[in-house]
Amino acid sequence: MNFLRRNDLIMLIFGIALFALLQGLISAGAISSFWQLNLLLIGINVIMSVSLNLINGYTGQFSLGHAGFMAVGAYVGVVLTTNFHLPLIVALLAGAAGAGALGFLIGLPTLRLRGDYLAIATLGLGEIIRIVIMNIQYVGGAAGFKGIPHLTTFAWVFFVMLFTLFFIKNFVNSSHGRACIAIRENEIAAEAMGVNTTKYKVMAFTIGAAFAGVAGGLFAHSFYLISPASFTFMASFNYLIMVVLGGLGSITGSIAGAFVVTFISAALANWPEFRMIIYALALILLMFYRPQGLFGYMEITNAKIFDKILKRGRE
Amino acid sequence: MDFTHLLVQQLINGVSLGSIYALIALGYTMIYGIIKLINFAHGDIYMVGAYIGFFAITQAGMSIVPALLVSMVVTGLLGMVVEKLAYKPLRHAPRISILITAIGVSFFLEYTSMYFVTPTPRTFPAVIDNISFNLGSFVINGQQLMILGITVLLMAILTFIVQKTKTGKAMRAASFDTETAQLMGIDSDRIISLTFCIGSALAAAAGVLVGIYYNTIDPLMGIMPGLKAFVAAVLGGIGILPGAVAGGIILGIIEALVSGFLSSTFRDAAAFAILILVLLVKPSGLFGKNTREKV
Repeated sequence: MNFLRRNDLIMLIFGIALFALLQGLISAGAISSFWQLNLLLIGINVIMSVSLNLINGYTGQFSLGHAGFMAVGAYVGVVLTTNFHLPLIVALLAGAAGAGALGFLIGLPTLRLRGDYLAIATLGLGEIIRIVIMNIQYVGGAAGFKGIPHLTTFAWVFFVMLFTLFFIKNFVNSSHGRACIAIRENEIAAEAMGVNTTKYKVMAFTIGAAFAGVAGGLFAHSFYLISPASFTFMASFNYLIMVVLGGLGSITGSIAGAFVVTFISAALANWPEFRMIIYALALILLMFYRPQGLFGYMEITNAKIFDKILKRGRE
Repeated sequence: MDFTHLLVQQLINGVSLGSIYALIALGYTMIYGIIKLINFAHGDIYMVGAYIGFFAITQAGMSIVPALLVSMVVTGLLGMVVEKLAYKPLRHAPRISILITAIGVSFFLEYTSMYFVTPTPRTFPAVIDNISFNLGSFVINGQQLMILGITVLLMAILTFIVQKTKTGKAMRAASFDTETAQLMGIDSDRIISLTFCIGSALAAAAGVLVGIYYNTIDPLMGIMPGLKAFVAAVLGGIGILPGAVAGGIILGIIEALVSGFLSSTFRDAAAFAILILVLLVKPSGLFGKNTREKV
């Protein structure tokens, strides 16, 4: 079995056990509603950071407009559920399709740019998406979209997150993923080896955007109101911090990054300046002492300790 | 008001706004020219400059010219300190690491300032009398004339430094080829430090002028103008000084026209749309030459 190896199966069982534990705690009322919301946000942020990592970490294309795609998914989703009374799954799929299509259209021309130029161009595109939404009166304009049904549950977030993780992991380990990594390592050399760089860059960008759209749909249905102000480039920077902190090119890292950043944000919610100063110093010190991020390219499923546990189990 | 009248009035507004962008863009383009770094923190340096000018006027009771000079000197030093602490240790690191550091520095400046001066916007004191001149039926106010005057003066000084002095020659050499310049006996670390100093001082001047023009300053005021100044620098051809000035003024005019004829909410979108168009059609900018990427 190529797409579901034994390690994956163990991870899946572990994931379901974790879900059962958390869901049990929520049902028993052991987690306050503030931390319940933060659990949802951690899950959504994991989807965002892992999908951004596919673009920034694995393919090496520095995108700073991820919140824009999230906004597309969120708005497509809420229009379908609130105005057309469709179920959440349709909203999520449509959000993914919308964000993915936009990612494809935007990616095709802009991914010709490199490095810092691409960073600013994607930042600008994210802002353009937000400004356009702000000017559409049908979805409430700058005031935001009100009356969204509260459809996002912990189970939805958790299993969509699990699906995202497995999808991205399998993509990265496939031949397409190897092509993406080759582009990150050296674009010109990859091209000389026959990798169709445009195709793979756009592919990674589209997939990343589609998952951001899904995350946007889940995010929107956790609240009564969403407004374009939630999707500024500061939000994109926030996801970037998660990815960079965890490690550009590590799924484990992205999960850890999303967890740490969401946790710090929640704990320091009353001192927003300190939170941002901590992020700033963390980014600078990280670039000085560990530019590859906490996990680098490492994955927890590849760690030696994991193998040891498996071996002991077999003996 | 008829069409041509509105057009000319928006052009006047656009040029004064654009000259502020041009001042910030000059710093961007100089720094990019020499170490190939998009200094994300440049917009925040401009914000710090505005606050220093504000405190020099309100707390120390200075008039506008000394306040402008104090702000430029202090902010210039801040630019050098930022370079020394944050960018110098990463001189040979991958470009993406330096870019992320720059984002970190930007956050750091924004939120430490916010901690010290509180997030509430401050009203910049009216330093010059509110006079306006009527040219026929068009209006130019005193602030706009002062912005234009100071901008032109600073650009003249910058041109003199870069073109006529020995240091300026060293700066041009270092931005042409840092390594070769070093082999010719140019202390490139000192030149880079100086470039940050001059670029930051220009941004500080822009900050004070914006304070006078819009009457209000806040700790996050630097983000948008910083990004737009980058757009201006790219539009003119990054690394080219006259290009930054032209880019800034063109951008200012386009923004004024968009907010005058379409809607001011689309103003920011226009700047980014220009950036993407320029990058796709002529990535080297209006004044730039094409260079091929080598392995």
